[in-house]
Amino acid sequence: MESEEHMPSESSETAQEIIQCRDVHKWFGSFHVLRGVNLTMQKGEVIVICGPSGSGKSTFIRTINRLEEHQKGTIVVDGIELTNDLRNIHAVQREIGMVFQQFNLFPHLKVIDNVTLAPIWVRRWPKARAVKIAEELLTRVGIPEQAQKYPGQLSGGQQQRLAIARALAMQPKIMLFDEPTSALDPEMIKEVLDVMAELARSGITMIVVTHEMGFAKQVADRIYFFDDGSMVEHNTPEEFFRNPREERTKKFLSQILTH
Amino acid sequence: MSEQSDVQMPPRVEVGVLGWLTKNLFSPWYNALLTVISLGFIFFIGRVILLWAFRSARWEVVTTNLKVLLIGRYPSAESWRVLASLAVVILLAALTWVFRKAKDSPIRRWLVLAWIVSFPVIGILLRGFGVENPFMPEVSAEVWSGLLLTLVLAIVGIVASFPLGVLLALGRRSRLPVVKILCTIYIEAIRGVPLISVLFMSQLMLPLFLPPHIRLATVMRAMTGITLFSAAYTAENIRGGLAAVPRGQYEAAGAVGLNKALMMILVILPQALRNVIPAIVGQFISLFKDTTLVVIVGLLELLGIAKAVTGQRQFIGLHQEVYVFVAVLFFVCCYLMSYGSRRLEKALGVGER
Repeated sequence: MESEEHMPSESSETAQEIIQCRDVHKWFGSFHVLRGVNLTMQKGEVIVICGPSGSGKSTFIRTINRLEEHQKGTIVVDGIELTNDLRNIHAVQREIGMVFQQFNLFPHLKVIDNVTLAPIWVRRWPKARAVKIAEELLTRVGIPEQAQKYPGQLSGGQQQRLAIARALAMQPKIMLFDEPTSALDPEMIKEVLDVMAELARSGITMIVVTHEMGFAKQVADRIYFFDDGSMVEHNTPEEFFRNPREERTKKFLSQILTH
Repeated sequence: MSEQSDVQMPPRVEVGVLGWLTKNLFSPWYNALLTVISLGFIFFIGRVILLWAFRSARWEVVTTNLKVLLIGRYPSAESWRVLASLAVVILLAALTWVFRKAKDSPIRRWLVLAWIVSFPVIGILLRGFGVENPFMPEVSAEVWSGLLLTLVLAIVGIVASFPLGVLLALGRRSRLPVVKILCTIYIEAIRGVPLISVLFMSQLMLPLFLPPHIRLATVMRAMTGITLFSAAYTAENIRGGLAAVPRGQYEAAGAVGLNKALMMILVILPQALRNVIPAIVGQFISLFKDTTLVVIVGLLELLGIAKAVTGQRQFIGLHQEVYVFVAVLFFVCCYLMSYGSRRLEKALGVGER
């Protein structure tokens, strides 16, 4: 196995591999949250991570853009390894857009300014260009008429769609979604999932942590199941739901699908 | 019940002045009693004050000494420079008021620049340069006094201590241990001593830190003391505001690629500062009133000058008039700050979460 990793043919393959996580470990104090996670993603792939709460799935995707620091193993995003080097961290963060469970919009900025903030200050775009692209993005997520309002004046579903637009404004290669619909009222979940499905079809690389199994079935290329800090199994959606291999997966699926 | 409309109206309440009076002031019976007693009390106090103010008070002590109270020993021939400074401030304030709604226009940027430039301009206007300069001869800071000195001390103290306070607050939350410890020691040391001792220290100690050929005027040393003192309190207020900004804001700012400095300036500080406007303005109001303490290092600010005025032979015994006038001046200034703070809160409160 080890000799395979160093074979020269591998380098041509890695050109398409946009995320490589090898043996990622993380502790909160003495609590071992991530116990050696391996995951490789191709460009344009859409994966869904599911699992019981406390299984480490959120922590795992947060290590990918360094909101959490991993303590062992390697994470390489688009050829850049995440180390303590701040330049690497910022370079990776510019490549990755993130959508949070609690939206985390900037409440003191108007909707349009939430979207243009990073392009203007980080990408150094002229304001006119940033505004034009922000308006296109707001149209894409279906809230063009809200541009001059403040985030606090929007509904939950609109806020989360704004958060997606804000993340897209940096033209990221990868989008991370950390339970994007968990804080939403039921009637607003669909409008957010619709935007995400459209995004997935557009060919962007996506990792989605979610309990929305319908969405996973419809959109994901692969489903990864996490339990107790490790990745238990992964498979295509059809196989994952039809023939789960591990006992823990079967138990999880029976619990969430019986309702 | 004959004509039932689709829209239900709220039940009618007693309206009009009489309805309001009965509802709020005269029912039940003990409220009525309280109302009567309070009215009697207000009438009694008000009568005494008005009788004193319009009958027995001899306001000539104030009118005669008005110029002294306002600009103290500032040379009369040069007093136009004080008026010019005042005119600059009023003009800028008026322009700021007029363009308060035009958020995106370039005029706003020019106004900010004008405010910044106005400080050295006013400084030069007041101080002048060169003793032999025929146009604007130097007026030594040692003769600044009265309301002018109070305002100069307070405004310089506020304007200088605010950025210093922001830096100290950020420093105290820094992850670098040295920065954190130094800022904490500074803040706690300053908060642990009274302003009077800081003023004494700045008089005695400051020259030790400066090269011998530089002699700071007493006023400058007092300004430094007030600024250093106020910065520590401002820092603690701002730290409270920083602590109230949710972690998700840092994460979101990091996730869109902002570095630490941009994160602070664009995302965290605007929210933290908005939360602590009332506390900071409270701190500035107290700084304004604390400028009266510079009397102990020999400076005659408004209150000090007032005391000197009451000592004049022809006005012996007229303390009340002078002190009431000074109190009104202080109240007007402090209330303006308080009012401005409320306006600012309202203006920045839009779209609150």
